[in-house]
Amino acid sequence: MNRRTMGKALMGLATGAAMLALGVGAADAQEKMKVGFVYVGPISDHGYSYQHDQGRLAVEKELGDKVTTTFVENVPEGADAERVIEQLASSGHKLIFTTSFGFMNPTLKVAQRHPDVKFEHATGYKRSANVATYSARFYEARTVIGQIAGQMTKSNIIGYIGSFPIPEVVSGINAFTIAMREVNPKAEVRVVWVNSWYDPGKEAEAAKALIDQGADVISLHTDSPAAIQVAQERGLWVFGQSSDMTRFGPKAHLTAIVDDWREYYVNRVKAALDGSWKSQDTWGGFKDHMLFLAPYNPALPADVVAAAEKTRTDIMEGKRHSFQGPVKDQSGKVVIAEGKQATDEQILKMDWYVEGVQGKVPK
Amino acid sequence: MSAELALLGPILAAMLAAATPLLFAALGELVVEKSGVLNLGVEGMMLVGAVCGFAVAVQTGSSTLGFVAGAAAGAGMAALFGVLTLLLLANQVATGLALTLFGVGLSALIGQGFVGIPIADVPELYIPGLTDLPVIGKALFGQDALVYLALAAVPAVHWFLYATRKGLILRAVGENHAAAHALGYKVIRIRFLAVLFGGAMSGMGGAFLSLDYTPMWAEGISSGRGWIALALVVFATWKPGRVLLGAWLFGGVTIAQLHVQGLGIDIPSQLLSMLPYLATVIVLVVISRDVARIRLNAPASLGKVFHPDA
Repeated sequence: MNRRTMGKALMGLATGAAMLALGVGAADAQEKMKVGFVYVGPISDHGYSYQHDQGRLAVEKELGDKVTTTFVENVPEGADAERVIEQLASSGHKLIFTTSFGFMNPTLKVAQRHPDVKFEHATGYKRSANVATYSARFYEARTVIGQIAGQMTKSNIIGYIGSFPIPEVVSGINAFTIAMREVNPKAEVRVVWVNSWYDPGKEAEAAKALIDQGADVISLHTDSPAAIQVAQERGLWVFGQSSDMTRFGPKAHLTAIVDDWREYYVNRVKAALDGSWKSQDTWGGFKDHMLFLAPYNPALPADVVAAAEKTRTDIMEGKRHSFQGPVKDQSGKVVIAEGKQATDEQILKMDWYVEGVQGKVPK
Repeated sequence: MSAELALLGPILAAMLAAATPLLFAALGELVVEKSGVLNLGVEGMMLVGAVCGFAVAVQTGSSTLGFVAGAAAGAGMAALFGVLTLLLLANQVATGLALTLFGVGLSALIGQGFVGIPIADVPELYIPGLTDLPVIGKALFGQDALVYLALAAVPAVHWFLYATRKGLILRAVGENHAAAHALGYKVIRIRFLAVLFGGAMSGMGGAFLSLDYTPMWAEGISSGRGWIALALVVFATWKPGRVLLGAWLFGGVTIAQLHVQGLGIDIPSQLLSMLPYLATVIVLVVISRDVARIRLNAPASLGKVFHPDA
């Protein structure tokens, strides 16, 4: 994922300043293992990078007597990232989490030069002996909110604000739509792409456009809370993304998909401490506590909440899959056969819409 | 009324709101350029205006004070530009670009403690009867106060430039600063005031974004609108009325492309996102072919350094 590419020139300066700070922070760590974190955004974004930092704080809290942590925020994806990761690796950090898709190649390059350092890269697909990857099955949560949307809509039009038409987002739209149509076959999803992860103005405009077209529930796969504010103003429903966005629209915010890296980070640091760490790929969902739902809006009817909770626990216990066949694409062709479930590879490469989504996936 | 026609009203209303920040910034820059100064720091001034306006609104709880602070902050940035280019005779293009880069960083720094704080939206106008009119009701009578202020600024700037003596002097300074100086006009002072006005307008455009359009602070919230405002001034051949048309065109295409996507019409969204910028480039090319028109309207001393002794 290419999050936050704005203001790269200045971010470079900020990175430089942060690296000076690293040198200072290193003084008190003599026997403790040093763990580094690289974030693409500011930890104050109350979204993607904020959630990763919550994971770091959990490590501090639980293993603070054995490790010290360092973080560098606002690191642009590209050449600067390699310098930051290299700096961490050569200043004695033994485990480094690089938390954005665009850090993939820089992480691998630095890892090659430092075989004694362990690396964890989020949302990527390239691994090596000392580079592990991890991501969350965000689509599982979209099944739950899609079901809620299907029950809450009166106009049977759901607005969906997308960032970029990549498989992660498209599979989210599909999981959402499948669950929505299961409870409400008349409902349809309208998608507007804003081609940005974070552009509050455009996200607000997209929300307004969708609402003007009759949508009464908005789902988003972008990072700013702008659409929450619009829904609040118009008196409609909306789902938050990445973190609990209730305070931006307490009446409109139904629930939110929240990333949760705490358990994973603590476990991986423990593994590095006791020597059991090895390179692997982790793709965790509800079951692995990698994501959860923000508190439900009190305005949600009890039966809707109960049904949502049942879906969530069913997914957790493996009784339900977000892509349970038969799943038809827009032309009515069965893509996932009856009795089958989408394979991980199918989900990771998804570039088609299911029945019930309007428009076409931009190519 | 068909479904498509019913959409026209909301599209018009959204278009007017989307045009507002551009209108503020472009009108300010127009006055600056008419005085013969080219300030490329609009984006930076907008961002600093946006963050200062937001910070003051959070601290005081008053959006009005926020807007005033946004204007003041924009003017403060402009004063820096004025001192560097008008008094110390620094290159205007380089200083303007530096002002934008500086503004991006400064606003991020000031805004650190304000990310993720929600504030109350500015209420929209509601006139019973008029606001409920079909199609045009919401667009004409249901907007925020700032939208009307920006619209009112168009005839006001036109009147000032073309119907007042002060406006005439300002244009004279922009056309030929040496002649204006010879006539006894204080070129530096007049330009400095114009630059301050431009900064205040940019600051208000930014404050509109952070206080009203999307009531929050986020780094880089203006997302390039300052650059569009700069292009609009040339697009409009330095005429306030045409700035309004350009802002509407830009706002209209931005909103329309989102609606096209929502209706499921099969046009690539990337192409649609590109359209407003493409329209600006095309109009620039068309206008630039007519050298006489450019010469007629472009201030002759634009961007040239003025030294009283020269």
